[in-house]
Amino acid sequence: MFAGFFLELKRARVPVSLREYLTLMEAMGKHVAGHSVDDFYFLARAALVKDERNIDKFDRVFAQYFQGLESVAEAALVPDDWLTQLAERLFTEEERREIEAMGGLEKLLETLRQRLEEQKGRHEGGNKWIGTLGKSPFGAKGTNPEGVRIGQEEGREGRAVKVWDKREFKNLDGDVELGTRNLKLALRRLRQFAREGAAELLDLDDTIRSTAKNAGWLDLRLVPERHNAVKVLLLLDIGGSMDGHVKACAELFSAARTEFKHLEHYYFHNCPYEHLWKDARRRHAEKTPTMEVLHRLDQGWKLILVGDATMAPYEIAEPGGSVEHMNAEAGATWMRRLTLTYPKAAWLNPVPERYWAGTPSIAMMSKLMEGRMFALTLEGLDRAMRALQR
Amino acid sequence: MARFEGTDTYIATQDLRVAVNAAIALERPLLVKGEPGTGKTILAHEVAKGIGRELITWHIKSTTKAQQGLYEYDAVARLRDGQLGEARVHDIRNYIARGKLWEAFAADERPVLLIDEIDKADIEFPNDLLLELDRMEFYVYETRETVVAKQRPVVLITSNNEKELPDAFLRRCFFHYIRFPDRDTMTKIVEVHHPRLKQALLKEALDVFYEIRDVPGLKKKPSTSELIDWIKLLLVEDISPEVLRTRDPQKLIPPLHGALLKNEQDVQLFERLAFIHRRERGQT
Repeated sequence: MFAGFFLELKRARVPVSLREYLTLMEAMGKHVAGHSVDDFYFLARAALVKDERNIDKFDRVFAQYFQGLESVAEAALVPDDWLTQLAERLFTEEERREIEAMGGLEKLLETLRQRLEEQKGRHEGGNKWIGTLGKSPFGAKGTNPEGVRIGQEEGREGRAVKVWDKREFKNLDGDVELGTRNLKLALRRLRQFAREGAAELLDLDDTIRSTAKNAGWLDLRLVPERHNAVKVLLLLDIGGSMDGHVKACAELFSAARTEFKHLEHYYFHNCPYEHLWKDARRRHAEKTPTMEVLHRLDQGWKLILVGDATMAPYEIAEPGGSVEHMNAEAGATWMRRLTLTYPKAAWLNPVPERYWAGTPSIAMMSKLMEGRMFALTLEGLDRAMRALQR
Repeated sequence: MARFEGTDTYIATQDLRVAVNAAIALERPLLVKGEPGTGKTILAHEVAKGIGRELITWHIKSTTKAQQGLYEYDAVARLRDGQLGEARVHDIRNYIARGKLWEAFAADERPVLLIDEIDKADIEFPNDLLLELDRMEFYVYETRETVVAKQRPVVLITSNNEKELPDAFLRRCFFHYIRFPDRDTMTKIVEVHHPRLKQALLKEALDVFYEIRDVPGLKKKPSTSELIDWIKLLLVEDISPEVLRTRDPQKLIPPLHGALLKNEQDVQLFERLAFIHRRERGQT
C-alpha cells in the first residue's frame, strides 16, 4: 500500500532498503502506532530513516506524498469561518476584492504550494518566485497586498503546522554546507590505526617463543594497542577571493584541530608557491619556505588543501603569475611537487560544485589534483576522506 | 508486554514513545542518537522502569570487542591452573565468563539491554554483533553449545556520532534522533526534576539558557543535563529571579556559569562579547 511512498523515498535519495520497508509493514500489522497521522509519521521515520542527515529529505517526501492526507487532517482541525475571520482581519476591503480576483484564498494557498515545489533555491527581488523584498504574492517583507508571509518570524502562533512541514532537521541534511559538528563527523573518517602506544594486546607468537625458552613456564608477551595516529598537513587559502569562505575555512580548521594528534597547518594565497605562512596576519613578515615543509614532513602525511581555486589561469600556469610577488616557478610546478611528495591528497572547495564548470582555474587545479577536488559539503568531505584513505 | 508511555521522572515526546514501542513490539534494537546531554542513556533506565523490567547495561569503550559481550574464555588462567595441577582445570566451563549479552539472554523475564555509546568501539564492532542481535543466539566454541535467548531482550543502543555505523547494522534497527528540546518540552523536563521551582525563576533561567545556546561560536553548547545542574545550583545558592533578569549589562556572563560553560575558551568568548557590548554602549 505504501510502495509508492517507498519508491519516492528512493528517488529522493533517502537510503531505504526493502528490509526496512517490510519492518514498517510488520509494525503496521502489529498496530504499533496509534491511528493518527502523526503516529504513522513517527513510526515510518523510526523504521525507514537511520541517519539524522536524511530526516529532512524524508520529511519533504512525506509532505509531498501524503498531501491529501494532510489536508483532510487540517480541515478537521481548523474551522472554515476561523480562516475567513482571519482573512477579514488581515486584509482591507479592497485587498479582499483583489484576492477574489485571483480566485480566493484557497487558490492563493494552492498556488503557493505549487510554487514552493517548483522553486528550489533562494530568491530575492523579482515578481514571481518566493523570496524577499519582491512583488510576488509570496514571500517576506514584500509589497503585494495579498502577499503570503513565508519565513517571517512574527504572527505564526496558533497556526496548525504539521510536524514534517516544520522541517526541524533541515540543518542536519548532508547536502547543505557544513557546520562544525557535521565536519567533525566526517573528519573522523580519517581515523586510522597504527601500532604505537601502551602495551596491551597479547602477542601469541612471542608468548610461545618465550614460554618455550622458559622451559615451559608461561611467560606472557604483549604488543602495543592500536590508536589514532593520522598525520595531516592542512593548507588553507586566505585573502582575496577567499574572503567569503574564510568562515567555512575557520570552521574546518577548528574542527580539525581537535581531531588529530599530528596536524600542521599553513596558509597560502590563491595557489601555493615557494612560501607558506603560519600566521595569516603576519604573512609578509614570517614566511616558511615550501621546500622546508616538503623536506620536514614525509609522505606518511596526508595533504588537505582548502581553497576556492578561483583565480586567473596565469596564476597557476606561468612563472611570475602571482598577484602578490614575483614567483620564479609556476604555481603548477609547486602543486606537482606537493602531490608527488604527498600521494594522499585532497582539495576541498567551498564553491558549490555547479559553478565549477564556469571557472577555468578550478578545472586546471582539479586536473593538477588528479580529480581529487571535492565540494566542502558533508557529502564531498566523505568522498575526500575516502580518497585520502585509499 | 507493557507499552512505554514515559515516567514521572522522564518526559518522552510522542515520536520517542512511538519509536520505543515499535522496538518493543517488533523485538528489534532501537538506536538512539542526539546531542550529548539530551538523555540518551537515561532513556534506557526509564524504559526499564516504565515497563517494570530489569536493566542490563553494557558500556562500550574504545577497546571493547564484540566477543566480550558474549563470553570470555580465560585461557591463561586455565594454563596456569594446569601447570599447578588444580582439579578444576578439567572442566572448561570454569574458565568461561559470561558477558552482558549472555546475561540478557539467560534472564527469566524479558530484560532491557542497554549498549551504551556503541560508536566508541572499533568500526567493525557493530558488524560483529549483527547475527547475535538478529537471531538472539550465539555459539560457544569451547563447550560446543548454542546459547539461545529465553526471551528477546529489549535492546537500546546509544551513539554519539563519533563513527558512522555500518549500513547492514542500521537496517536491523529502529532509529530515533533526540532533538534538542524546545522551550515547552524543556519547561516540562525541568519541572519533573525540580517540582517546586518558582515559575518566575524558571522563566528567567530558561531565557538565559537559550540565550547562551544562541551565542554563535560556542565550542560546547550547554544541554539539558547542564541546565538541570545549573538550576539546582541556583536553588542552593538561593539566587532570585530578579538577579537573573536585571543582570548588570557590564557583566554579560550569568551567575554560576561554571555549570553551563564547561570550556575555558567559551568563558573567554563570553567575556569578549561582554567587552564588545560595553564598548558599544559607551559609544552610544
